[in-house]
Amino acid sequence: MIHALTFYLFATVGVVAALMVVTSRNPVHSVLWLILAFFNGAGLFVLMGAEFLAMLVVVVYVGAVAVLFLFVVMMLDINMIGLREGLLRYLPIGAAIAIVLAVEVIALFMDWTMAPEAMSLRAAPVPDIAEVTNTEALGNLIYTRYVYLFQIAGLILFVAMVGAIVLTLRVNPQVRRQSIATQISRPKSEILAVEKVRSRGGI
Amino acid sequence: MAELWSGTLWPLIIIVAQILLIVLPLLGAVAYLTYAERKVIGAMQMRRGPNVVGPFGLFQPIADGVKLMLKETIIPTGADRPVFILAPMLTFILALIGWAVIPFDSGWVLADINVGVLYLLAISGLGVYGIIMAGWASNSRYALLGGLRSAAQMVSYEISMGLIIISVLVTAGTLNLSEIVEAQGNGMWYFIPHFPMFVIFIVSILAETNRAPFDLPEAEAELVSGYNVEYSAMTFALFFLGEYANMILMSAIAVVLFLGGWLPPVDVAPFTWIPGIIWFALKICLILFIFLWARATFPRYRYDQLMRLGWKVFLPVSLVWVVLTAGVLMAFDALPA
Repeated sequence: MIHALTFYLFATVGVVAALMVVTSRNPVHSVLWLILAFFNGAGLFVLMGAEFLAMLVVVVYVGAVAVLFLFVVMMLDINMIGLREGLLRYLPIGAAIAIVLAVEVIALFMDWTMAPEAMSLRAAPVPDIAEVTNTEALGNLIYTRYVYLFQIAGLILFVAMVGAIVLTLRVNPQVRRQSIATQISRPKSEILAVEKVRSRGGI
Repeated sequence: MAELWSGTLWPLIIIVAQILLIVLPLLGAVAYLTYAERKVIGAMQMRRGPNVVGPFGLFQPIADGVKLMLKETIIPTGADRPVFILAPMLTFILALIGWAVIPFDSGWVLADINVGVLYLLAISGLGVYGIIMAGWASNSRYALLGGLRSAAQMVSYEISMGLIIISVLVTAGTLNLSEIVEAQGNGMWYFIPHFPMFVIFIVSILAETNRAPFDLPEAEAELVSGYNVEYSAMTFALFFLGEYANMILMSAIAVVLFLGGWLPPVDVAPFTWIPGIIWFALKICLILFIFLWARATFPRYRYDQLMRLGWKVFLPVSLVWVVLTAGVLMAFDALPA
């Protein structure tokens, strides 16, 4: 009973939070609601026995991605009056996009076929989940059977990171930078004098 | 009815009692940590520290607490009310819930979960929200700057902390905190083989808890007090309690990962008579003393130096150490099963 109650708690709060993300006027509030939605997702993972994934969702999405979102959104110049306008103006185009998407998704589900291999792959995780913790099970899969896919995913992220740095880094010759190496290679006699100070005496 | 009682209500009462057993001593420890801080720094600066309220000034934390409770809570007109009030609560709650997985002694742990280390990493990663929300909701320039600085700082140092934890995990072969301590009992405490990582971890937790010399988010000199400048009375007290509870939590994590948790230093008679929880507390006090010592000793870092230290020094060093640890364990066939 408790299990069902917690499931409905996480599910309801998650859906409400997700709705608030799109309906709240203030972008910072949107990000905060998004964080709540992530949290409830993590809670659902815990209920399914996937505690490793749950912690990963919190560490990666809540702890890192959403912080960067918040970082950017906080620095926006929020015009509260401007935010209240425009709902009716954008309603037709928004509704049109939503309807197109809904029709596509419905069409997709009406013609949904499942490959027979897919079900058998899903049903047989290596090794059996009852014997090891799910961290171990996941590690054994990722680093053996899917090691190439894992490495490729890492490489793609690496390239994206390098790309972002290359695109944004500007070297300005005017900026005087601190050279730590020259600083710490100065001799002690040049920078430091040790004085023996008598208590209440001063120098 | 009997089933409801024995299956649901009784375990609930037990858990609430256990939570109170953890939280109440923790709050006492937080109160007297502020006292210890003022006394230790006072001694290091040839002052007396608090000595007026009670014998040796021992009632000073109580007087401070009562004062903060009796003051008026002021919410600025331009503030975002719900977020403004939520921020200190979040900081305080996060500082408390981390303790759920900390093993105080063999088997003395509220939730003995398999992913304890990741849970702690997640909780410490969330700590930034309290500060960043406070900074934004205050609708004040100083507070916003403090919040932004803190966000950048905490995200940076979390990464090197995560890598350091990975090298410990590779050596122990488990994510469960109790098992990590037991693994240290069978071998040696991890601060010996991982000594460079122990040092980096201590510096990283200074940065992660926004303590001196990395207390840029609340730099008094340039940001008045940073993210909490608009807070008063109990809302401020919650930030204060949260910061100090976080210091103790981080020290506890360092003790569990590197200093052998509840284990006595030598496994012979006079040491084993002392209960494990006393050893645990003594080791936490040792790390906390380093916190206070650093605050009395070092000047505040400049912002670019802080970022350089995190990204260009700690991150590569800890990454190399992970590879080195794995390589050495592999070469000597010492990888845990």
